[in-house]
Amino acid sequence: MGTVELLVKNETAKKQVSLQVPKLGAGEYSGSQAVLEALIAEGVETVFGYPGGAIMPIYDALYDYNDRLKHILVRHEQGGIHAAQGFARSSGKVGVVFATSGPGATNLVTGLADAMIDSTPLVAITGQVFAHLLGTDAFQETDVINITTPVTKWNYQVTDANEIPSVLAKAFYIARTGRPGPVLVDITKNAQIQKFDYEGYQKCNHIRSYRPKPIIRQEYVEEAAKLINEAKKPFVIFGQGVILGKAEKEFKEFIEKAGLPAAWTILGLSALPTDHPLNVGMLGMHGNYGPNVMTNECDVLIAVGMRFDDRVTGRLDKYAKQAKVIHLDIDPSEIDKNVKATIGVWGDCKETLPLLTKLVDAKKHTEWFEKFSACEQEEIKEVIHEELNPSTAILTMGEVIRNLNELTNGDAIIVTDVGQHQMVACRYARFNESKSNITSGGLGTMGFGLPAAIGAKFGAPERTVVVIIGDGGIQMTIQEFGTIMQSEVNVKILILNNQFLGMVRQWQQLFNDKRYSFVDIASPDYVMVAKGYGIEGQKVSERNDLKSALKTMLDHDGSYMLEVMVGKENNVFPMVPQGCSVSEVRLK
Amino acid sequence: MKKEFTITVYTENHIGLLVRIATIFSRRKINIESLNTSPSEAEGIHRFTIVINETEEVVRKLARQIEKQVEVLKAYYNTDEEIVWQELALYKVPTDEIAEKVQVERLLREHGARAVVIRKDYTIFETSGHRAETENLVQVLAPYGLIEFVRSARVAIIKNSKGFHEKLKEFDEAEPAEELVENEFLDKQGEVFSM
Repeated sequence: MGTVELLVKNETAKKQVSLQVPKLGAGEYSGSQAVLEALIAEGVETVFGYPGGAIMPIYDALYDYNDRLKHILVRHEQGGIHAAQGFARSSGKVGVVFATSGPGATNLVTGLADAMIDSTPLVAITGQVFAHLLGTDAFQETDVINITTPVTKWNYQVTDANEIPSVLAKAFYIARTGRPGPVLVDITKNAQIQKFDYEGYQKCNHIRSYRPKPIIRQEYVEEAAKLINEAKKPFVIFGQGVILGKAEKEFKEFIEKAGLPAAWTILGLSALPTDHPLNVGMLGMHGNYGPNVMTNECDVLIAVGMRFDDRVTGRLDKYAKQAKVIHLDIDPSEIDKNVKATIGVWGDCKETLPLLTKLVDAKKHTEWFEKFSACEQEEIKEVIHEELNPSTAILTMGEVIRNLNELTNGDAIIVTDVGQHQMVACRYARFNESKSNITSGGLGTMGFGLPAAIGAKFGAPERTVVVIIGDGGIQMTIQEFGTIMQSEVNVKILILNNQFLGMVRQWQQLFNDKRYSFVDIASPDYVMVAKGYGIEGQKVSERNDLKSALKTMLDHDGSYMLEVMVGKENNVFPMVPQGCSVSEVRLK
Repeated sequence: MKKEFTITVYTENHIGLLVRIATIFSRRKINIESLNTSPSEAEGIHRFTIVINETEEVVRKLARQIEKQVEVLKAYYNTDEEIVWQELALYKVPTDEIAEKVQVERLLREHGARAVVIRKDYTIFETSGHRAETENLVQVLAPYGLIEFVRSARVAIIKNSKGFHEKLKEFDEAEPAEELVENEFLDKQGEVFSM
């Protein structure tokens, strides 16, 4: 937000301002140093942020911590927090973002809301005006605690440096345990400057009012196992809980032993390798045909670490009514929230899944699987084949993803933005490893992709990061090209340009009589824009050029931008129209 | 079917928690009929008493959302039959009316009101009871020039509760105690009392 002089009108404040470069005695730390020491003690290596008036003392201290903390200067605080999210999602660690007070803090709100609904562990640290100015409408003062209350797992305002070590210990503990989520700590400028006797940093491992993991009740595990063993047509649906619980192995062992077909939500994607024989595909509005239809045919539905989002369930009163529902979740408030569970198994799935695995019978369910295969064949015939190998001259998004798969062999981290390209990428991208699909699921934040990819690369530097973005989303956070340039972030930017805000256009076509209201979006010359930022790139629109262009992008030493012109009015199918049951999924 | 539920929440004393709890209701466009915060029987533990009109299913979900907040120790919800509750009301009436009219004195006595302040110009009465009772006295006093009326939020005691001392000990331990039954609502789905 730029450097700004505080509008100081009274004497006390002047005195505090004069303390801006404190001379420290033995054992004395400034609040700002305590903040950075806390980050180091928590194992933080990378911080994303943007300086400004109220967070200047922390940035001043950071100057001396350059060897121990890597700070990535973003171009907008929203970019900073999405980068921290991408970092958290690719690394499994807590993402950290700095922002100043006022507009700096309010620019974090979208990312906090996104992290809240997608359970991403984050610690956001915001500067705040001097404590004695709170409530006076001081320059760049905003009530960030109350603004962010509904979109944080926990937040706290520090006005005294003595609180900093314990509050940050609490913040990290809350962010990463239980159902993870974003935490915001707002620190007034006087507390950042204040000198205090620093007694070291102690990690937090208990808050009496906070129970991150509910106690597992063996009898419910037993009842669940009994239902699974009796089932003729059991069906597993899984979400990000498997990834957040680091329970990919436990999950695989569970479904493999009981022979259970398993389908994923878009946040659960990559927890189970794409080519795993029990992986039957994607759930929900643009999910695969089989998983949607079979949801309403199975006799036991086993939900693991997912929350029955409306985009997954479609019409709730026609959702899996025939089935007994087993719901495994770490968050007790999720059980019975949208879908009534026959058996609710509360707990961390890393612990509950092995208990279940022990009790379930080894089975195959061959006939039941054949039903999924039949659906898959139909979907390939009606949708997939044409999408991946189009007979028309115009490129489809699906064939771009297919070509990408052939080059990456499913080893890349795929970050997506929001819209048609996101659905196509989730449907067709292949994954071998967990934590490889990074997308904004719950909030559907356009503009998430580019900054999240930057963070993802820092979270997993040894991996190839490809971000797939539409021509709408890229223009929302295109300023982060600057971060890629300055910090030399090696991300591969793949813009799928259909010259429309495609998902809204698709709905307008299907449900609003093709009244294309403000979905016709113009684009700049992306190759030139990228070039301006020192990012190499090219644009292709011919099938013959596609594969070699993708290869050039992946082989390029450093970041690269490839724009692919795809069909303007292509639609994503299958589709469960809003308000319809999952069994009413449309193939065209 | 919607009916009146009283939600009792045991919490840490933390700035901002009121907003966190209030937004759980406002976000779902649910009106809070009455809200009271006070100390509880356990030292340092706050007690919220919240009254809403909703179906039990909604109330159960709300209670879980409340309990999910980091600073909340426990949230219970109860029907009116399961609690003993009171609201306090104050009434300001002109003193000369009371002095002159024996009828008023009789009415106040009937309604169990007692004088808190008596001045030349006005007298303040206090009564406590259920909503209908305090409401009733407003109607009765209206013809006699009722100047001001105010009623407090509901405070309630759960008939079947053993208080929070024991629960608090369990919360204080670093590891959750064995006897703490987190899934207890599943055990007695019929007579759901606590979560």
